[in-house]
Amino acid sequence: MIRVVLPPHLRTLARVSGDVEFQLEGPVTQRTVLDALESRYPVLRGTIRDHVTQQRRAFLRFFACDQDISLDPPDAPLPDAVARGEEPFYVIGAIAGG
Amino acid sequence: MSGARVLVGTKKGAFILTSDGKRKQWDVSGPHFGGWEIYHMKGSPVSPDRLYASQSTGWHGQVVQRSDDGGKTWEAVGNKFVYDGVPGTHQWYDGTQHPWEFKRVWHLEPSLTDPDTVYAGVEDAALFRSTDAGQTWHEMAGLREHPSGAKWQPGAGGMCLHTILLDPSHPERIYIAISAAGAFRSDDGGKSWNPINRGLRSLYIPDPTAEVGHCVHHVAMHPARPDVLFMQKHWDVMRSDDAGENWHEISGDLPTDFGFAIDVHAHEPDTVYVVPIKSDAEHFPPEGKLRVYRSRTGGNEWEALTSGLPQSDCYVNVLRDAMSVDQLDPCGVYFGTTGGQVYASADAGDNWEPIVRDLPAVLSVEVQTLP
Repeated sequence: MIRVVLPPHLRTLARVSGDVEFQLEGPVTQRTVLDALESRYPVLRGTIRDHVTQQRRAFLRFFACDQDISLDPPDAPLPDAVARGEEPFYVIGAIAGG
Repeated sequence: MSGARVLVGTKKGAFILTSDGKRKQWDVSGPHFGGWEIYHMKGSPVSPDRLYASQSTGWHGQVVQRSDDGGKTWEAVGNKFVYDGVPGTHQWYDGTQHPWEFKRVWHLEPSLTDPDTVYAGVEDAALFRSTDAGQTWHEMAGLREHPSGAKWQPGAGGMCLHTILLDPSHPERIYIAISAAGAFRSDDGGKSWNPINRGLRSLYIPDPTAEVGHCVHHVAMHPARPDVLFMQKHWDVMRSDDAGENWHEISGDLPTDFGFAIDVHAHEPDTVYVVPIKSDAEHFPPEGKLRVYRSRTGGNEWEALTSGLPQSDCYVNVLRDAMSVDQLDPCGVYFGTTGGQVYASADAGDNWEPIVRDLPAVLSVEVQTLP
């Protein structure tokens, strides 16, 4: 079981109220987690990663197990605790804007 | 005709105001999409409960929303705006070339005949079209690929395509305007485009009468007389009587000819409204007095409309897409401010009142006349 914590705007957009949970077969990486998330919630496509380049949007960061993993390669394995569902994968918006 | 529905896009959400034909009592719904910037909302002229909304934030980019019940419920539709081919470069602020990058949708213009067809004007400047009610978007690349594209440059608000006018008499004719490139016209349904900026004079660019490079803020048209266009340029209020081929200045006796919004009376094609703003350095009304100016002569002679508008200590702005008219009789005129007020006049501008007063900064106002 994978757990993903979305920022408030994306929870509203996806019409979910809490953490998102889903099963994921195979490797657990940023790419596979986000692919699975977008497959379940197509409205999130383009709001976390660019549609074409799949690059993380500039004002978002990815965290897991208290570590900023935003700059890790998208195909690098996520921590075991995330793969086991003990820790969530966080999508966090920058504290910025007006 | 029984009423009006005002679609208000703000910096922090969308609001929908409805009233009967008297336009005295208004119901306010919203915020819809709270916290998101709503650059524009507009309804289909042939299916008025079909609405489209442009929703964006710097964090999450672009979302497009569609309603089929007049804004009671919404569905997110397609948000994939990809330039056709390799998009090339345009001029950057410092004169260097800069790659085209999609940022947001500034304006949504539903087709005059098909509720599933809608045009999107975007930043960086390009025109997109959807023919499946917003699910998928395709660039009409002939515009961006115009040979002048490398000379287009962003205005202070970005390089945005903000105006889309569909000509009801010539179904293949489309006008658009870009800040800061100028106005363009297509006579073949958007396949090919020509700049229509002859007569514009912009002292802030190296060649004041260049073919492109003008900071056009907005263009308005009366649907019964689509060859006549009215333009609020960065400075100067302009008019064309030949579908944009030639422009002449009609600023006349305005206190300042800087501004953003411009619109035309629904029943009087020569009655035009602008909101003069002090200057490009000071984006607020002259003397702290919020005044709409009306010309009943197609320009040059303007009268200040002040009844019901603040006439002291008012320092709001009225942005380019934040003025609209209804089709009722007398014609209603509406505009929103960066201070969060939406003012309405149910008598063609003679008298005004705020129909909502404390919204986030208003980015756009569109009005639907309900049957």
